[in-house]
Amino acid sequence: MSLPLHTFATLQGFGPHARLLKALSLREALKSSFPPPSVAVDLRDPGLGDVDPAALAGAGYGAVVGMPGHGAASAAAGLPLVHSLRRDDVVAPGDVVRVEPKGSRISVLYRRGANSNSLFVTERCNSLCLMCSQPPRPDDDGWRLDELIDLVGLIDPDLSMLGVTGGEPTLLGRGLTRLLEATRAKLPSTRLHILSNGRLFHDAQLVERMAAAVGRATWAIPLYADIARVHDHVVQAPEAFEETLEGIHNLAEHGHAIEVRFVAHALTVPRLQGLAEFIWRNLPFVEHVALMGLEPMGFTRRNRDVLWIDPAEAGKAVANAAEYLARRGMTVSIYNTPLCLLPKVAWPLARRSISDWKQDYAPECEPCSMRDGCSGFFSSADLSWRGKDIRPIRDHEVMTV
Amino acid sequence: MVHEGRTNTPVRLLATKLRTRKAFLREGPSLHIVVPTLRCDHSCLYCQVSRRRVDEPGFEMSPKDALAAVDRILESDANHLTVEFQGGEPLLAFGTIRLMTEEIARRAATGRVTFSMTSTLHHLTPQIATFLAEHRFQISASLDGLSDIHDLNRPVPGGMSFQKTVQGVDLARQILGSGSVAAITTITRRALAYPEETVDTLVGMGFRSLFLRPISPFGFANRTARRTGYPVQDFLVFYRRALARILELNQGGMEIEEAYAAILLRHILTPFHSGYVDLRSPAGAGLSVLVYDYDGSVYASDEGRMLGAVGDRTFRMGSVQEPLPTLMTSSAIRELARGGIAEEQPGCRDCAFLPYCGADPVHHHAVQGDVAADRLSSDFCQRHTGLFGMLFTMLATSDEWTRDVLLGWATGQGHGVKHVAAR
Repeated sequence: MSLPLHTFATLQGFGPHARLLKALSLREALKSSFPPPSVAVDLRDPGLGDVDPAALAGAGYGAVVGMPGHGAASAAAGLPLVHSLRRDDVVAPGDVVRVEPKGSRISVLYRRGANSNSLFVTERCNSLCLMCSQPPRPDDDGWRLDELIDLVGLIDPDLSMLGVTGGEPTLLGRGLTRLLEATRAKLPSTRLHILSNGRLFHDAQLVERMAAAVGRATWAIPLYADIARVHDHVVQAPEAFEETLEGIHNLAEHGHAIEVRFVAHALTVPRLQGLAEFIWRNLPFVEHVALMGLEPMGFTRRNRDVLWIDPAEAGKAVANAAEYLARRGMTVSIYNTPLCLLPKVAWPLARRSISDWKQDYAPECEPCSMRDGCSGFFSSADLSWRGKDIRPIRDHEVMTV
Repeated sequence: MVHEGRTNTPVRLLATKLRTRKAFLREGPSLHIVVPTLRCDHSCLYCQVSRRRVDEPGFEMSPKDALAAVDRILESDANHLTVEFQGGEPLLAFGTIRLMTEEIARRAATGRVTFSMTSTLHHLTPQIATFLAEHRFQISASLDGLSDIHDLNRPVPGGMSFQKTVQGVDLARQILGSGSVAAITTITRRALAYPEETVDTLVGMGFRSLFLRPISPFGFANRTARRTGYPVQDFLVFYRRALARILELNQGGMEIEEAYAAILLRHILTPFHSGYVDLRSPAGAGLSVLVYDYDGSVYASDEGRMLGAVGDRTFRMGSVQEPLPTLMTSSAIRELARGGIAEEQPGCRDCAFLPYCGADPVHHHAVQGDVAADRLSSDFCQRHTGLFGMLFTMLATSDEWTRDVLLGWATGQGHGVKHVAAR
């Protein structure tokens, strides 16, 4: 079962405002270079023995994650305390959490060792994709930027890959420049993977402001068809197709690395083969093409009638397009598609792409030989989304050519 | 042009396609051919280089000119340079090869220069092979397929020309590795009746990439055309059968390619240019290739050098002692520019195969008398339209398996996983 990103806890000694804290074991806290006021020392390990919260307060640490038994001493030392987490395993040493006194809510913004971590930049978006799994909201959420810049300073610097997502990150304009510059300063060896629709980059001046991403980021930009009419309909924005293509070219001409993304559903699958050819002929400079299955969240559920396609049919089309591109030397991945829906020749292209916290397997997967190498399903994909062709792959199928 | 939406976007996509295909224009000369000696012990019927006897003095490149050639080579701003030694028989001047190779290796960034050599390999020794291996040479051995045809085409004193080249190939493979030794096969009139046997012989010798080329009208070949020459059509018939045999061997599980088809298919099936300098527009001669002759002359192409040897110095750019910018503004370059853009040549500009073909102004000067001569009547055009027609017909009518093999040649990816599985 996936591990959630939120839980509730009893908070003691916190002021009225939300705070970002880096949870660290005592041992790691003592030798770390994170600023002590942003570190919450995790005292939940019963083997730790008695640690005096007054000593931690004296060393300048910002808080303690502990047991109810730490209450009195923490209060005496003036050190904020988080205890009695509803799910204790949601927070572990190395994680960065937001502690919200209002509602006693703990949110994990960075999870050490997770298969993916992302900076959630904004809920606003300039497209309104029919299959958006995270529908945008128009509210001004500019407060996120400052928090993210703080967050970047608390992420483990040995992290290999960090996502940047939204909403549409480029709506932040110069704010995104600041964030990219912060990642370059604090996480110089971390690669960024930025999800953007690329539309605003039709303005080359905006591209120039993203110089801090050159050589260390990949812009992951969706293209849903080889023609404007279909692409613009899917993203519910006129002229999006042209803007995105101009944006991709502007980015490439400024030395940025680009990934093209595609989501398979009833509106996009019919032209997928044409799109593959379009990419090969027009965008052979992109470093990666990701062909993805639907995530049945947000608008996808609402628009099921227009989006639904038998997952096995989508899998076949995706495998054909992937093979077309891979055969021509392009780097291709198939995401969010279980192996049992793909012909075997496409298996080497399929990735375990779904973030831990929202990934699951079906009951049919129990005896499957390929389970460990399979994407499985989004937790949100109930029976009605999985199609009728899910089945366990047996040993002998794996062995035979 | 029919399009939806803004005009700017499709124009930009077209611009990207053109820029991708013509990416070779962004850099200076990348192929540098060196002729360290004109001497050769072979007296081939079709010799392209007007060779000199082994004991004739006065046909060696001087060390001073060799070092000046290194200066010119390293003046080019191309990211990647290829330095190719040919002749004459280049191994008769191994001292010059060593001098230039070591000087380049000392001065150029690691990996920037690839060395290659076209040779009969009769004079290869373990010591020389070890030196070539240290500098990662790519070797092209001249091998005309069937042994008796080879011996007749390429006579040497004492005979056994084929046998001696085969021994050289074996030695080169042992020390440089099989992947570093390729064969160049010149198809003479005698070979025309034996396409399958020619392919089988080369494959039997372990070659996996064959290069079957027609006889060139240059050098002595022009004068002996009546003895060795043949109509383009005869070559196309030979080539079609050879290609069919190669595909048959692929069907059987071997991965064999024909290198010239691979070049043409890369132009047809991918957005990229193959890099092949003789099939470019603007032409490769002078812009992408420089030839350093034994006497210190710099020519725009090997064919230009052969014309020079028979008194036509149109494509002599100057002396190796002159700096590259001077050579690149010579009258030879201006003449090449006049006939070097296929898109504006009569016969080319309306041709359906134009995007995949080249201009080859030197050849048209040689055989038609003008760099901008009408292309339709040239053997270059007849051969290439014939080859393009053949390949397009195969792409249109052959089975999926064959099309995939051809795609594998174009992309350099070999057999696809589907087809390995299908076997």
